[in-house]
Amino acid sequence: MSAEKLLEIKDLCIHYITEDGTVKAVDGMNLEVGKGETLGLVGETGAGKTTTALGIMNLIPAPPGKILQGEVIFEGEDLLKKKAADIRKIRGNKISMIFQDPMTALNPVMTVGEQIMEVVQLHKKVSKAEAIKHTQDMLELVGIPGARWVDYPHQFSGGMKQRVVIAMALACDPTLLIADEPTTALDVTIQAQVLDLMKRLKDELNTSMIMITHDLGIVAEVCDKVAIMYAGNVVEYTNKENLYRTPRHPYTVGLFNSIPSPDSDEDRLKPIEGLMPDPTNLPSGCPFHPRCPNATEKCARVIPTPIEVTPGHFVKCLEYAPGGLH
Amino acid sequence: MAEKLIEVKNLKKYFNTNKGLLHAIDDVNFYINKGETLGLVGESGCGKSTTGRVLLRLLEATEGEVLFEGKDINKLSKKEMREMRKQMQIVFQDPYASLNPRMTVSEIIAEPLIVNKVHSSKGEMNNKVAELMEIVGLAPRLAYAYPHELDGGRRQRIGIARALALNPKFIVQDEPVSALDVSIQAQILNLMADLQEKFDLTYLFISHDLSVVKHVSDRIAVMYLGKIVELTDYKTIFNNPLHPYTQALLSAIPIPSIDVEKKDRIILEGDVPSPINPPKGCRFYGRCRHRQDICKQEAPELKEMGKEHFVACHFAGEL
Repeated sequence: MSAEKLLEIKDLCIHYITEDGTVKAVDGMNLEVGKGETLGLVGETGAGKTTTALGIMNLIPAPPGKILQGEVIFEGEDLLKKKAADIRKIRGNKISMIFQDPMTALNPVMTVGEQIMEVVQLHKKVSKAEAIKHTQDMLELVGIPGARWVDYPHQFSGGMKQRVVIAMALACDPTLLIADEPTTALDVTIQAQVLDLMKRLKDELNTSMIMITHDLGIVAEVCDKVAIMYAGNVVEYTNKENLYRTPRHPYTVGLFNSIPSPDSDEDRLKPIEGLMPDPTNLPSGCPFHPRCPNATEKCARVIPTPIEVTPGHFVKCLEYAPGGLH
Repeated sequence: MAEKLIEVKNLKKYFNTNKGLLHAIDDVNFYINKGETLGLVGESGCGKSTTGRVLLRLLEATEGEVLFEGKDINKLSKKEMREMRKQMQIVFQDPYASLNPRMTVSEIIAEPLIVNKVHSSKGEMNNKVAELMEIVGLAPRLAYAYPHELDGGRRQRIGIARALALNPKFIVQDEPVSALDVSIQAQILNLMADLQEKFDLTYLFISHDLSVVKHVSDRIAVMYLGKIVELTDYKTIFNNPLHPYTQALLSAIPIPSIDVEKKDRIILEGDVPSPINPPKGCRFYGRCRHRQDICKQEAPELKEMGKEHFVACHFAGEL
């Protein structure tokens, strides 16, 4: 993790205050993304992955959302302290986002070209002709004939729509790209095309990326480092090699055991027992303890803090804390 | 030799659309043995769900036979079919859309029992519902809950309990875990394996996720645009895939490990073409790396290349 820092998230807490109680969507998060680096953000539904992404862009809907504390330092400045007008200059320009569902991320009554041009014209001082030219170039970059800029989203297939969304996200040469489950809605062969494209573009343009996914296979393929999230907490954070060779947190281990691997022949899966906790009523102590095979009475009392187990390998589990589990 | 529970012969299902005839299933042949799981894989629009529905006669076949224990279900009268349906059930993909939001968990599970007048007294029926809930791992306190109060995993358990209510022999599992998180998905897959063993069930397991299909299936059929392109046991399909589409599909799975040797990824060009008025040659022609003139002219037949290993490709074994 030696690359020059581009983004640093410090002690970020985002809560949703609802009638049913307070949801601690992101709780004390610390992450870094270096230049040209790809960080994988992995977790199941409700882990806080998308809230993190929206938090970085300062897009948390308030109310009910509230950023309680923390800093999001991007190129040396705290995005959370910026005025609305200033952050608008960054969004879609230096930081852009690819959404999960290409079917709903595009406006059905605008041509794809108009939608890409909108970003270009908003952030760059260009003439209309230049914007059109740039739009066509972007489409070509993602493998769609430039002439199709006059077509509407419904005239494209799912994989092509996602490529349009990628073209839009890349239109202003962002330094940070946040991809929120960019291939979840796509078929495997199309997923392979899109991942291949994203990897290639990232290398060519040296863009940093945060890849939000629930698929550990995709992480193995595109990410340099990984943060595993559970109930608003980053429970394990390290580089890809450490995570796949020596996963430490019981939740991470459980995730690996839950996936049927195409390469081995197991008879029975070893799922994680139980269910995700109710986000308005998280368990005391470690939020994972009711489902953890190693949990002791101490885990229900003490909230673990991230421990650096080996250099650059952070685990939020009492097992690695001074005093251990007992 | 195992006994065949289901046999499908020359099955076709076409839909009339404004743009022309949509070939959802085009001349498909396969069988499923008793107690076996046949996996059916393919991408969106390849006809896998339609196949599942035609097998239960939830959709009428355009042509061909679906034999259930030797009887062609397409020839049954309405009344006979109603009897037959007790033997064959389905678990749907989306546990959010397939449960009536205005019925409680116990009402949903009881419905097939009521419709088929299985029990004479209410007490008997309630016992059966309680038993089913226990079998699928739903706590008794949830009997009066509504689906919206439950998470996806529990909802899918309701769908499974409902499918089991009439003691079927055969269950079509239509992407039963696709909408679930991995940790919950593993729980449901294990549950289905336990139930299969306990009740001697036969499954048609439809999914787009090859890793999941491999885990649950005895044999796997790969579908592309309404046709089965390859069919064999789960090991052979992974170790020795012969159809170029199967090869590409397998190479596209992202593997959750950094230490396995990465197979060379075959990136297919383009998208699955439209099943409306498909070309007469090989359906995979437009995306195939190995295409030749003959592929454009003639549709390849499903040939047996090895023991019980069927492939529909002119050049199978040579690629």
